[in-house]
Amino acid sequence: MKKKTGLLLFELREGFIIALQSIVANKARSFLTMLGIVIGISSVVSMSTAIKGIDASFQKGISALGTDVLYIDKWAWFSNTEWWKMRNRRKITMEQYEKYKQTAQLPMAVAPVSNARKKVVYNENSVESVNINGSNADYVKTTNFTFALGRFYNDIEAKGARDVAVIGSELANKLFPRGDALDKTIKIGGFGYKIVGVLTEQGSFILGDFNPDNQVFVPIGTVFKHFASETFRSITINVRARTPALVEETKIEAEGLMRKIRSISPGIENDFSVNQQEGLMTNYNSVVGVIQVAGLFITSLSLFVGAIGIMNIMFVSVKERTREIGVRKAIGAKRRTILAQFLLESSTICLMGGFVGLLVAILLSYVVDRFLPTSIQASAVFIAIGISLITGVVAGLAPAYTAAKMDPVDALRYE
Amino acid sequence: MNENIINIEHISKVYTVGDVKVHALYDVSLRIDSTEYVAIMGPSGSGKSTLMNMLGCLDTPSGGKYDFKTRNVSLMTDNELAEIRNREIGFVFQTFNLLSRSNALHNVELPLIYAGVPSAERKERANQALISVGLGDRVHHKPNELSGGQRQRVAIARALVTNPAIILADEPTGNLDSKTGEEIMLLFHEINQKGNTIILVTHEEYIAQHAARVIRVRDGLVERDEAIVNRYIPGISKPESAVK
Repeated sequence: MKKKTGLLLFELREGFIIALQSIVANKARSFLTMLGIVIGISSVVSMSTAIKGIDASFQKGISALGTDVLYIDKWAWFSNTEWWKMRNRRKITMEQYEKYKQTAQLPMAVAPVSNARKKVVYNENSVESVNINGSNADYVKTTNFTFALGRFYNDIEAKGARDVAVIGSELANKLFPRGDALDKTIKIGGFGYKIVGVLTEQGSFILGDFNPDNQVFVPIGTVFKHFASETFRSITINVRARTPALVEETKIEAEGLMRKIRSISPGIENDFSVNQQEGLMTNYNSVVGVIQVAGLFITSLSLFVGAIGIMNIMFVSVKERTREIGVRKAIGAKRRTILAQFLLESSTICLMGGFVGLLVAILLSYVVDRFLPTSIQASAVFIAIGISLITGVVAGLAPAYTAAKMDPVDALRYE
Repeated sequence: MNENIINIEHISKVYTVGDVKVHALYDVSLRIDSTEYVAIMGPSGSGKSTLMNMLGCLDTPSGGKYDFKTRNVSLMTDNELAEIRNREIGFVFQTFNLLSRSNALHNVELPLIYAGVPSAERKERANQALISVGLGDRVHHKPNELSGGQRQRVAIARALVTNPAIILADEPTGNLDSKTGEEIMLLFHEINQKGNTIILVTHEEYIAQHAARVIRVRDGLVERDEAIVNRYIPGISKPESAVK
């Protein structure tokens, strides 16, 4: 038994040496064949890391928003309700917010929110169409905000509708590249606001209005005062549950209370929506799922093309070396020796291609990292090597088998 | 006492080409003992090549019995045939059949690789074999850096390196000029003198006359099997007919 494994190792080693010699002897051909695998492996690895990167930063961002927060809104974020139906809903008012806040038992914090979209200017620096988030001092309790500078506006400032603002980190970087934002006065839609706080980075890959890094937080009264009349605007009520486990109960309570507050008769459907991140997550997951499947499918196609290339070359190589196979058989090579020789050749080409492909993918990830935080996982390395090895064996199998079962007499006679 | 190596009894070989059965060998019986120097002669289509393939264990007979050192070849599996070719038979081909991308040493080493001989011993034995055919200074040359005669010497070294029971040479001088051919025949003579058994397949009467015994094949049958009384011994007896 021991002797047998020893012999197998011996044959593997010799086969590997023969394979290497053959690869080196046909440099141009080996390189071109390898190229297919290089492209295949690098695209598969890049794709999977890109997807992982998007996923990771989205998860991070979404948890910064808080998964235990409910948003009572006139609009449903994710639903099949027709847009015009929702448009005709009654607005949610500050008065309803007050009533809800007084009666609700389960929330940890409740805050009214009214948004505006304005240009924000400080000296020569400006950012167009920034989400201006108007609320009260309780708002900060509905978030996990941490502060790089200063603080959130307080109750007195909120009630007095003072022109004070808290800005997100990205916005702060754009307006105050030197980091001296505190106590400066910025212009929001032409109105001066004094900065009392700057947030630390919350989530780098949440798009649009969900990204707190790119927002301004001001007392809600100032939004009504400067940008939109309270009488026309529907507000959103942000509700944070005491614990994530209580989210569902808090939601049920909110629906009940809001129906009562808005005097909706039994049997009539809600004319408001209690939105949740979960909806966002579900939506996001289904989108990413599609991207993942489609992306990996398309990139796998290129790997598949590479594998066909290998198979093709191996068939040519076997045909070309028919006589050599005949000689090897005549002087004592067994079927499995020939089989191993060609399998080793194709898997060596694929493995080399896999390593190069991995290198290309790593280089690519450094470039991509500038736009999207990615990192090549250790698992990707093993997967890439594994896939290329399997590709080599699978692509080499048919040609190697053809070589192995050749009749030595015919092979020697082959011209 | 010379031991028997090859014992063939009434072997036949039938190929099926389309629907037609072709008798390449009809009924052949022969014995070859160790240290013999035998030439197999016959015109093309005589079944000479088929017989050579049988003797070389490259092919198995359709009927009859072939014993190689008392082992029945007719019943052997592909792997067993490969092993017997590896250990007991040294092939020398008309077209040399060297691996063009490998140097002389590696070419000679090859059968030892398949025999599972460790690298250091392999190199040593291959080197010795190359020295014995007079190529001690061409070890690292590739076939395309060698002359035809030198290539055939590498092939002979490769055949000798495993110490096989027989050397089976198929038209070994067919691709060489007559002077080089003569040198190769001298080498075969020396190898035979050292006690190696040689089977030479040729269609040239003159080459066949170097052997001690000639088996003439025609139409799938052994036509004549006779000892050569007046053999050509290269370098010693050089008859008139040798000068073409």
